[in-house]
Amino acid sequence: MPKPVAQPDLKNLRPYGDTTNDGAVQFSFTLPVEPGPKAREAATQLVRKWGFFDVKIAHMSSAGVGYSFIVCFGRTELGVDFTQIVVPELSNEKRTYKEIDSLIAKEIKRPVKVVGACTGYDAHTVGLDAILNMKGFDGDIGLERYKNFRCVNMGSQVPTDELIDRAVKEKADAILLSKIVTQKDIHITDMQELIGKLKARGLSDRFILVAGGPRITHAMALELGFDAGFTIGTRPSDVANFIYETLRDRAKKKKG
Amino acid sequence: MSYASTLPLSAKKIARCRSIARSIGDVVADLIHANSTFGTERAVLRLLGFNGALQKDNLLFPVSNFMVGQLSETGRLEDGALYWVANALMTEKCDVPALEQKILRGQLDLGSLPELPSKQVDKFAAKLAKDSFDRLIRYRKQRDKIRQRQGDPLKKGRPLKYVIVATGNIFEDVIQAKSAALDGADIIAVIRSTAQSLLDYVPQGTTTEGFGGTYATQANFALMRQALDELGEKEGRYIRLTNYCSGLCMSEIAVLAAIEGLDCLLNDAMYGILFRDINPRRTLIDQHFSRLICSVSGIWIMTGEDNYMKTTDAVESGDQVLASQFINEAYALNAGMKKSQMSIGHAMEMDPFYEKVILMETARAQMTRQIFPEAPLKYMCNTKYKTGDIFFSHAVDTIFNLIGSLTNQGTILLGMPTEAIHTPWLQDRTISIRGANYILNGSLGLSHELGYRSDGFMAKFAAKVLDECVELLEKIEKIGLLKAIEKRYFAGVSRTVEGGKGATGVFPVDRNHYINPFFELMGSKI
Repeated sequence: MPKPVAQPDLKNLRPYGDTTNDGAVQFSFTLPVEPGPKAREAATQLVRKWGFFDVKIAHMSSAGVGYSFIVCFGRTELGVDFTQIVVPELSNEKRTYKEIDSLIAKEIKRPVKVVGACTGYDAHTVGLDAILNMKGFDGDIGLERYKNFRCVNMGSQVPTDELIDRAVKEKADAILLSKIVTQKDIHITDMQELIGKLKARGLSDRFILVAGGPRITHAMALELGFDAGFTIGTRPSDVANFIYETLRDRAKKKKG
Repeated sequence: MSYASTLPLSAKKIARCRSIARSIGDVVADLIHANSTFGTERAVLRLLGFNGALQKDNLLFPVSNFMVGQLSETGRLEDGALYWVANALMTEKCDVPALEQKILRGQLDLGSLPELPSKQVDKFAAKLAKDSFDRLIRYRKQRDKIRQRQGDPLKKGRPLKYVIVATGNIFEDVIQAKSAALDGADIIAVIRSTAQSLLDYVPQGTTTEGFGGTYATQANFALMRQALDELGEKEGRYIRLTNYCSGLCMSEIAVLAAIEGLDCLLNDAMYGILFRDINPRRTLIDQHFSRLICSVSGIWIMTGEDNYMKTTDAVESGDQVLASQFINEAYALNAGMKKSQMSIGHAMEMDPFYEKVILMETARAQMTRQIFPEAPLKYMCNTKYKTGDIFFSHAVDTIFNLIGSLTNQGTILLGMPTEAIHTPWLQDRTISIRGANYILNGSLGLSHELGYRSDGFMAKFAAKVLDECVELLEKIEKIGLLKAIEKRYFAGVSRTVEGGKGATGVFPVDRNHYINPFFELMGSKI
């Protein structure tokens, strides 16, 4: 009888290399010193210091002037209790634009208004355009083409105050904030600015707040005070569905 | 059925595309003839040597902006900034540095100086322009000499390896650039701070903070140029430097790049209009002047067609890319530019999971090579389908490098394993260059060994893109370029003639009294 494979230890969940519960991890990093025996030892000690054992330096070579590039492996005993992990998740419901359009017509009974912008210094509108522009993304049409969405795409480098002014003027249901540039965590600063300014103007609960960007997670968006955060791979219908569901739930709450 | 070293493409259709592009270029020529812009006039001032800055509210405010402001407020700008500089130098009886000092100190207003007889001023203005032009030619000759002495990797007959540095701090950028060059990079692009394309002035001095990049300033150009020249001298291999020549200061950046010895500039016919929402007229006028400067300075222009594929499906948008390439070429020809300076852009941006995607990408790269045979083509790696899986990303980049080599691209913009995560770290660039070194070296000469089936999938795909491009250009010709942009013909984006940033910086000129002798000196066809 072959030996059965051990079950992963969910109470102490660790990475998997080639044996269950082996805790194997691969690393690659650069040290700002020339490669050599001393750099190799420094790398080994570093990785041990981080709590790994069985540390193997697989590769070390020179990267440019005075730097060494290192690839290495180690194992860890430290795990997390997977059974205790809680993460806020967006609804998994997938609807087509036609379904969403007709649900809005039936339940909301008026077009939904959204205003979107890239605020601060961010000049990258790829994400915002993918969600709003007619063409959409990955074969999924953009919100502009929905019968029951009215969209304002303010484009790039929009001051936060202007975004809020416009959302108020348009009587928007939702604000879409797109953040792509993340250098020095500027995306977080700009997200906080929107929340802060809405609060200062007494508009905290006025809009459905949706953030999007490659380094944005739903959990992080919630933490900052948004209603949802969408990341890479999001289709326009995901955003449309979220806005529809939120409006529907809010209306129910009001009635109830 | 037969095999040949090239794809079978209709020479007649290619010629048809060129002739339509030329007529689209003629319409823009009329626009350029009848207008100038604040940006163009500031570039003229910079050519004359006004590159200082004024300390105002803790900010460095370029003197060229200040001077254009003085002239525009008094309605004098429509004679051309050069005219009033010549007038001021004559009335003040001083040279350019002395005049600049007077303006910086607030002792002189170009808008209110007494006016000398225009014949005298015109004559002196012509001399000033000629001197400035000669200076540019001297810079160019100096650069050519350095390139030749250090050894130009272009002569090796394989694509140049282009990488970016983007730390936001020019001093950190220098470290990264030198490392990349030592690893094997041939062209260093210093990525600009994202805010810069919309600034209506060029920042001054060395800078250590930026967003997603480093400000393009004359001092930053000089610092990086010096570092790469020193390394090139030591290694016996010339390293090219490039930056961004787009946005509201397009032509001014071209002047600074020419002075500081940059080799290439990213400069596209429609990029600013479509992706930065800059006023179309402003862009097209500034662009012409920037291309004149590039042309006489021996700077390659690198066009940005890769961007169109980011908002559309690259399998379907081949016609847009090709149409834009023809338009970019036509505009550059209007500026008297040699085809060997036109680094026409395209990219490998199709979904990597499409069936036969490698065949389609190869066909597109090869047809671009054949249609623009003299251009040092700029071939851009895949960025749209990078997800953060650095290992898959590296695999995609390897195929990109191979296609680049197989189709003899001029420059390949190396992909980074960490694309879509962060601006490249030192190790990302090392891994990327290492992979490219392997592929380019290992596949040297491969393009001369293999052929294409005359009736194959790739030949048919290429023919279809060319057919669609003819159709698209015919449609654009019918309604005009600006209308086509409004109607989302490119990248699915709509822009209007009057809209966008910088529209107020465009003003009509009467060529009977407006002077800008640089047009003629630099060989403008407009």
